[in-house]
Amino acid sequence: MNKGFQLFPEQASTLAAQVDYLYFFLIAVSLFFSVLIFFLIYVFAVRYRRKSEQEVPEQIPGLLKLEILWSVIPFLLCMVVFVWGATLYFDTYSPPKDALEYYVVGKQWMWHIQHPTGQREINELHVPTGQPIKLTMATEDVIHSFYIPAFRVKRDVVPGRYTSMWFEATKPGEYHLFCAEYCGTKHSQMRGRVVVMEPADYQNWLSGGVANEPLEVIGEKKFRQLACHTCHVDKPDARGPSLVGVFGEPVRLQNGQTVTVDETYIRESILNPNAKIAAGYRPVMPTFKGQIDEVGLLQITAYIKSLTKE
Amino acid sequence: MSEAAAVKDTPIEHAHQGFLKTYIFSTDHKMIAKQFLLLGLVMLMLGGGLVMLLRWQLAYPDKPLPLIGISETYMETGETETAMDRYWDEQFSKPEKEQSWIATRMPAGVISPNFYNTLFTMHATIMIFFVVMPILVGCFGNFLIPLMIGTRDMAFPVLNMLSFWVAVVSGVIILIGFFVPGGHAATGWTAYPPLSADPTWTGVDWGQNLWCFSLIFLGISSMMGSINYITTIINMRAPGMTFMRLPLTIWSLFIVAILLLLALPVLTSALAMLLFDRMAGTSFFNASGGGDPLLWQHLFWFFGHPEVYVLILPAMGIGSEILSVFSRKPIFGYHAMVYAMVSIAGLGWIVWGHHMFQSGMNPALGTTFMISTMVIAVPSAIKTFNWLGTLWGGNIQFTVPMLNALAFVSMFVIGGLSGIYMASTPVDIFIHDTYYIVAHIHYVVFGGSLFGIFAAITFWFPKMFGRMLGSKLGKIHFWITFAAFNCTFFPMHILGVGGHMRRIANPLQYEFLQQFEGLNIFITMSAFTLGMAQLIFIFNVFYSMFKGKKAEDNPWKANTVEWTAATPPPHGNFAEIPTIYHGPYEYNAPGIDEDYLPQTSQATIATDGNGKQ
Ligand code: HEC
Ligand code: HEM
Ligand SMILES: [Cu+2]
Ligand SMILES: [Cu+2]
Repeated sequence: MNKGFQLFPEQASTLAAQVDYLYFFLIAVSLFFSVLIFFLIYVFAVRYRRKSEQEVPEQIPGLLKLEILWSVIPFLLCMVVFVWGATLYFDTYSPPKDALEYYVVGKQWMWHIQHPTGQREINELHVPTGQPIKLTMATEDVIHSFYIPAFRVKRDVVPGRYTSMWFEATKPGEYHLFCAEYCGTKHSQMRGRVVVMEPADYQNWLSGGVANEPLEVIGEKKFRQLACHTCHVDKPDARGPSLVGVFGEPVRLQNGQTVTVDETYIRESILNPNAKIAAGYRPVMPTFKGQIDEVGLLQITAYIKSLTKE
Repeated sequence: MSEAAAVKDTPIEHAHQGFLKTYIFSTDHKMIAKQFLLLGLVMLMLGGGLVMLLRWQLAYPDKPLPLIGISETYMETGETETAMDRYWDEQFSKPEKEQSWIATRMPAGVISPNFYNTLFTMHATIMIFFVVMPILVGCFGNFLIPLMIGTRDMAFPVLNMLSFWVAVVSGVIILIGFFVPGGHAATGWTAYPPLSADPTWTGVDWGQNLWCFSLIFLGISSMMGSINYITTIINMRAPGMTFMRLPLTIWSLFIVAILLLLALPVLTSALAMLLFDRMAGTSFFNASGGGDPLLWQHLFWFFGHPEVYVLILPAMGIGSEILSVFSRKPIFGYHAMVYAMVSIAGLGWIVWGHHMFQSGMNPALGTTFMISTMVIAVPSAIKTFNWLGTLWGGNIQFTVPMLNALAFVSMFVIGGLSGIYMASTPVDIFIHDTYYIVAHIHYVVFGGSLFGIFAAITFWFPKMFGRMLGSKLGKIHFWITFAAFNCTFFPMHILGVGGHMRRIANPLQYEFLQQFEGLNIFITMSAFTLGMAQLIFIFNVFYSMFKGKKAEDNPWKANTVEWTAATPPPHGNFAEIPTIYHGPYEYNAPGIDEDYLPQTSQATIATDGNGKQ
């Protein structure tokens, strides 16, 4: 990993170069202005230094033209940066459709990662190149922040909700992975590595790893363990709504509103079922708070997502 | 308002008030100003001392501190060599409960991770709330408002005294925190819950509670001050002192008082909610109980961003004042300067989300915060160019206050420009929570506010204490500080872009940060130099206070009203309430023989000098 002195972390994702271009543009703009301003301060300091008490300085009245000039130019420059930055910003939030979904859970002071194929890792993340990867992230305790400098990505994980981010690695190699949000005594030890592999190597790694069951299979087991299936079966007289094919679809609530079933909705339904009641059902679902952790929640969510109508 | 009216009309005769009334429970705005100054300078040394320890740890992680740490011999052979070795030997033979204060925080002279976290938390808290605010707002707000608008005292002198003493209570509470079991607050000055909301996450119990209590008290103190400032400025200006004849310093303090009045209640309520979460089992910020940790971030930054303007606006006002005086020229674009400050303060309310770009906020919301933040750069640019315009064609005197004011302008430029990087969200996502942010904060708060403070103290020292501040020491202090400041903080930009996170106790644990070890040592050395240089300043202030050359009434030949009062001004300030005929910056006005024209002078200017008055 040691590659001599580097001013920047490597560019190892599709995003990295784009962020850096914007960054370089900003450097150019700010260098221009700092040099201009410091040069003027210097010139004025030398040129207009008081030589004698009697000297009368030129009267330079405030000039409206100048005021307008130095308001409009910075404004236009800022708008250029804004449009450029905002476009990139939206990109960083819109994962491509074919992104592979990984799950990340932070806790004091480690990262727990689950592959869509079931592999689990602690403080390590193996990913293939050329494949967009979406991370859905949660935390067991306090706020952490998933940070991979070489990819120019960072996103907080926040208790009580899921956050997500995506990237596409471009260069095989090992990169650093950190928690960037201060999270208590051993915050600085909450670190790991990202291993980026050619797709073929990644497949090898997957098959060589401990044979793990895919996420949704573990999720299904949890689903049965917690007896969810006693109410949620795909039958007309079941006590709870069928969960088949609900993910990503709108669901009508008792109070007339409609919500889309996403990770956060499923999470809330399990931990706080009475917050939103599905129309046509009685609020009989018990809360599972305390019986299931963030990792388990993600597994069950993956299971529910996998239930599609044939 | 009856009290206000009373102060305005009757000259005050308080020749003999006992020691207690004169120096301790004084209601004289000038004495209260000095008290705030003392509070700020003492806290400056404490806050600075803390960060020296912190910098040691960053340059030499987990190495024993010099002087108090164990010796190498002891480490290697177990033989006690120095007196400190014997001390540590003795400490370690005791059960942990009976070990000394120092041994539980820095065993063997090595800073423990927990104590490191306390260090950066308390450094920031103290510098922001107990140094910059008391000096810029507490001291100069108090000293300058009545003197510069030409009145005898604040509208509510007793409230003013209370404001100071409540600040002292708050300071004492924050100091007690260092000595409670479990240690002082260690969640950063931003205190994000759930880390701060539940003692189990950090192991800090009463430290964090006291931190909350202290800031609640400080909020009350500032609130009393703000009410006083606003009332005084609106109601008690001398005859002829229209708003557009107010010195920019007063404008800035006026705007700051309004900001504080509106922003502090938000912080106070957030702190109260946090205390409830910690002590009464509520769940405002605990997700497991149905609360939302992001609520704190919204509340904190809704207060926090206006707060950073509280720290910089007075420095802007003071900088403008001093640049004009020593360029012997009217301030360039007085009106533009006022409107720029007003719009900075207004825009400051709608940008708080730029601190939360990576909390997963919806990018549609994120871009609104992005654009509002970008727009703030415009009034900042206007101010900068107007300062340059003020120098342009001037007759510049490089006095100590002027040097500091020039440093303020140039350092603020760097701080403002680095702000744009962070407002560009994709770049911010990369540099957020790295040393880049630390560099930005310090270019604005040290480079901006603290140089503003140095400028202000050196400029008004003669009026405050009746003696001149030693200018040789002043220059030495300035040049060392200026150089060491840049050596300390500029490289932090490089660290940040290299991926060096903030708030990490040991950068060497990270392979890719090991390349920065040398740079970190360099920064630490510069920081030590910077710290030592401040002792020169402190010495100069206290030495000149008693031994300095006696000052004339108007040593800088400045226009504003405070310079027409006796030096130092007596209780009640003016023999007679002055009448104001001119704007504050009529230097070298046509048709006037002298190169300055006091606001109280009845002479008339030949043509309209400023083009604006
Ligand atoms: C006692 C029966 C019962 C059990 C056990 C139960 N649920 Fe439910 N669940 C319901 C009912 C009834 C509803 C609809 C009313 C509501 O929204 O609360 C529901 C709603 C849901 C929803 C929202 C579905 C929608 O279409 O709105 C999800 C997701 C869900 N449950 C998941 C689970 C999971 C996972 C478990 C096991 C950990 C579980 N449930 C256990 C009865 C149950
Ligand atoms: C042109 C003007 C400015 C802009 C555009 C700007 C922008 C920003 C942005 C976007 C951040 C958040 C960065 C992050 O955490 O990722 C930030 C942080 C900060 N700014 Fe500024 N800023 C400006 C001026 C100032 C001034 C004048 C001050 C203080 C006097 C200041 C003090 C701070 C502080 C203290 C933080 C860090 C807060 C923390 O996380 O602890 N800024 N600034
Ligand atoms: Cu962390
Ligand atoms: Cu801000």
